[in-house]
Amino acid sequence: MAPAMSDVMTPDAAELARRSQGSGRAPLAIGSPGHDLFLGLARLGDNTLILGHRVSEWCGHAPILEEDIALANMALDLIGQTQLWLGLAGQVEGAGRDADALAFRRDAWDFCNLLLVERPNGDFGQTLMRQFLFDAWHQPMLAALEGSSDARIAEIAAKAGKEVAYHVERSADLVIRLGDGTEESHARMQAALNALWPYTGEMFLGDATDARLAEAGIMPAPESLRAPWDATVNAVLAEATLTRPVGTFAHRGGKQGRHTEHLGHLLATMQWLQRAYPDARW
Amino acid sequence: MQPALEQVWSWLGELPDPEIPVVSLTDLGIIRDVAWEGGTLVVTVTPTYSGCPAAGVISLDIERHLRARGIDDLRLERRLSPPWTTDWITPKAREALRVYGIAPPVGTAARASRMTGAAGPVACPRCGSEATEKVSQFGSTPCKAAWRCRDCLEPFDYFKCH
Ligand SMILES: [Zn+2]
Repeated sequence: MAPAMSDVMTPDAAELARRSQGSGRAPLAIGSPGHDLFLGLARLGDNTLILGHRVSEWCGHAPILEEDIALANMALDLIGQTQLWLGLAGQVEGAGRDADALAFRRDAWDFCNLLLVERPNGDFGQTLMRQFLFDAWHQPMLAALEGSSDARIAEIAAKAGKEVAYHVERSADLVIRLGDGTEESHARMQAALNALWPYTGEMFLGDATDARLAEAGIMPAPESLRAPWDATVNAVLAEATLTRPVGTFAHRGGKQGRHTEHLGHLLATMQWLQRAYPDARW
Repeated sequence: MQPALEQVWSWLGELPDPEIPVVSLTDLGIIRDVAWEGGTLVVTVTPTYSGCPAAGVISLDIERHLRARGIDDLRLERRLSPPWTTDWITPKAREALRVYGIAPPVGTAARASRMTGAAGPVACPRCGSEATEKVSQFGSTPCKAAWRCRDCLEPFDYFKCH
């Protein structure tokens, strides 16, 4: 049977899905303080969830055993942080969704992670470069969140910050070793940097939700993280003998639920079991 | 009759960490508080790392152990702040780690370098040599790093400062 005309003509697939589901939408009014807080927390949790899942894809495939273990541990840290962020998001939302429900029962358009973290793993160099570019942002982000006016956010940030301090040391160290390494490793790291660069700008682009959260002292304005990120990135790239790309174009939309095709593929793997067997226990 | 809190602490002291059974949960400093709220015993636990896979097992162990000792009205609470630090690991547990083959944290978390996770040389738990080097920031669990000894040539886990 041919699809109904209304389906084909609806320009916004997300809106179509919401209408067909009936109550997929969060009950909090868009733009309300509760919804802003929910969205801010979901952005933090989705970043750590999607990156954690990406990194976990290396488990059993890394170039050497030590790196395999290190990547699995970092993935574990990130997914642990996700439980805290999305757990609080669900609490704030008050619609009965816990961290698992948010991770496994939302569709791509309801995820609000940065486009950077959904980039495919590529080779080991691309995975490491993505991690470094994210870590260099994640650390000052968590440092700022430690001073949040919301005590629940401040304590999660303090906990996560201690873990991320190790992440950034590790990824910076490896970017330097491989950038300032062999001709082959240098070329791969530079190619990774060039390919990922257009996805870094989104980290510093704020929208109305960010502005209200910053105004309330709950989360930092994204633009305020640019200077500490630049300082870390410039220092590490210089030591790694890598050239910082000059382009300023930034892919955007992830924070607002507009994703690249890669996220859907990732979710198909990550959510398969919970979609096929809702509420399965073992 | 309610068991005294001292008694409860000593029961909790019998519980080994699920991943490093030579140290107890109380020695690791992850049980932050024990209190009676009316007839309910409240045990407050802090996670070591947010993604520590042992956290679920630890909660289950606590519950099972205390129920077996007649405490039926029991609640576990999670406390994140202040975040867990290796500074809370007791001297007795540090020695137990070393004997077990895991180098205990060197110095305090505040003074540790993040590159090594230590505030001084890390001694090989096997031969005692300080001619050691880090292999990887992460070992078999998030709380440990992979190291090796340049004298006896053995690899070992280092419980890094956190
Ligand atoms: Zn040795």
